[in-house]
Amino acid sequence: MKNLIDLKSVFKHYYMGDAVVKAVDGIDISIKEGEFIAIMGPSGSGKSTAMNLVGSLDLATKGAIYLNGENIEQMEESELAQLRGQKIGFIFQQFNLIPNLTAKENIMLPMLFQSVPLEEREERAEELLKLVELGDRMDHYPNQLSGGQQQRVAIARSLANDPDIILADEPTGNLDTKTGDLVMGFLEKFHKEGKTIIMVTHDPDLAQQYASTIYWLKDGKIEKVTRGKAKNNGKTTKKRGK
Amino acid sequence: MISDYFILAFRNLRKRGLRSWLTLLGIFIGVAAVVSLISLGNGLQMAVNSQFGVSSTEIISVQAGGLNSYGPPGSAVAKKLTVQDVDAINKLSTVERAVRRNIPSGKLEFNNRVIFGFAMSVPYKEDRRFVYEEIDINPLRGRLLTDSDDSNVVLGYNFYADKAGLGKSVDLGDKVIVNDKSFKVVGITEKKGSFIFDNIVHMNENPLKELTGFGDDVDIIAVKVKSKDLMDRAKQDIEDLLRERRNVKKGEEDFEVSTPEAALETVNSILNGVKAFVALIALISVFVGAIGIINTMTTSVLERRKEIGIMKAIGAKNSDIFLQFLIEAGLSGLIGGLAGALFGTLIGIIGTLAINNFIGSSISVNIDLILILFTLVGSFAIGAIAGIIPAMRAAKQNPVEALRG
Repeated sequence: MKNLIDLKSVFKHYYMGDAVVKAVDGIDISIKEGEFIAIMGPSGSGKSTAMNLVGSLDLATKGAIYLNGENIEQMEESELAQLRGQKIGFIFQQFNLIPNLTAKENIMLPMLFQSVPLEEREERAEELLKLVELGDRMDHYPNQLSGGQQQRVAIARSLANDPDIILADEPTGNLDTKTGDLVMGFLEKFHKEGKTIIMVTHDPDLAQQYASTIYWLKDGKIEKVTRGKAKNNGKTTKKRGK
Repeated sequence: MISDYFILAFRNLRKRGLRSWLTLLGIFIGVAAVVSLISLGNGLQMAVNSQFGVSSTEIISVQAGGLNSYGPPGSAVAKKLTVQDVDAINKLSTVERAVRRNIPSGKLEFNNRVIFGFAMSVPYKEDRRFVYEEIDINPLRGRLLTDSDDSNVVLGYNFYADKAGLGKSVDLGDKVIVNDKSFKVVGITEKKGSFIFDNIVHMNENPLKELTGFGDDVDIIAVKVKSKDLMDRAKQDIEDLLRERRNVKKGEEDFEVSTPEAALETVNSILNGVKAFVALIALISVFVGAIGIINTMTTSVLERRKEIGIMKAIGAKNSDIFLQFLIEAGLSGLIGGLAGALFGTLIGIIGTLAINNFIGSSISVNIDLILILFTLVGSFAIGAIAGIIPAMRAAKQNPVEALRG
């Protein structure tokens, strides 16, 4: 299987006056198509920065990041945006829905940036909302939805342009266990359907349970790489137990 | 696709607080000023015209002296025009008809009170019709004078409506004493909104000549030109003729030949001054409004950093964000402009009604849809221009930093 994402000795340093914050300090990560990767680490370990780099939200200070064999460091801003829109779906800890838009409109938004015709956008958004079991909440605004419902809308949004990769930053961090399970269930399902999932978490159980490969970060460096219970391209056998 | 950005922008604007809307006051006032002025333009012009007695556009009036004397035209001038001048003008090839007009002063008694004012001579036969047409007057009650009305008068609107200082309103059938001779009132004219016309006594030429003794003197000559195209030539002919008859050189005329255009020009120059002033106010308001939009949009960009970050994460290009904020700024300008245009039109309607009520005219409101469209496009453009810098700031946000909020 070919590598979908390659980080080759990537550094991300922030300069604050004379001090240098080495958020990411020379990491190598290779992600194959269909993998479920977890990036683990305590807060301040650089895992969010690593995810931003993988998600092409940020550019590295040094090193190269390849997505589908293309070096994203050499791309224009508009190309990067297009790449994000088409290839990557983001799920955030804070849900990050646009408050002025309904659930359906939030899901339609990524498709707007890819110039998908209105009818198609509406159809797809409705389909995705039904998929996350929110078919009856289409015209609700985020503040009319519970945290779990908002996260499901965010999941539906991440699938809007049918991306290859789903990047989830602490997707259950703001949810109770039961809702968290539901959300993880969806990620697991998408993984089985062939999506590559990259999840950032500080919860070792969660990583162990759902991921196939776990990168342990500490102080901006990869401390170790371990295997999780999931198999590549989704043959997980066990649900998250309680 | 662009329509989607409008919908998005509209959604965002709906959620805005009062603070944001207040900054649109500048654009609102600017547009309201322009639209109300234009809507009122016709009304204002008519109102001013009626005060100057300008009505028909095909009549040249000739008077001794100038427009600068007190009282009705030609009433305080040393060297009067005469009937012979009228006859001579009548013979000009460009002239269809020239009619003498006299507006002498006199006293009027009614209800045991005496007032002093002006009377207007009305000529006979065809000339009568011409004069009535020229001054564009109609009866409110009763009728206008005819050739057989030498012992009757028609009075201006104020004698009936405002008592004109007589302590009692004069009506049809009443007797009034003009310069010690009794006349029966057979008509009251419609309101003209002009102090002169609404307070004047209409009397046939012969009795008025007897009573006031103006003889062959003429206050004003009303000249109808054969065709509208001949206006300038006729004016020239009359001036040449009168210079010769009165023995004055060019540039030293002791008479004035004025075309309606000239009178309108005077009126228009006054109106233009008013317009320039309003335009200046509008310009300042719009400028202040634009600054307001820059201010609100800048705040909005700061407040919505996280939203910008989210949009970038889900695939928005810098240009998408720029467009979104630009359209939002433009739309807010447009909303200010729309409210201003509606308010301005309302002022135009109310103002015109007030003018109609005041001068008794029936002017219709001048709602210029092209102008309104133009001001709306303009308000959008001003909003959008004001939004350029904030929109650029929004577009340039680093997605990671923006996502942190």
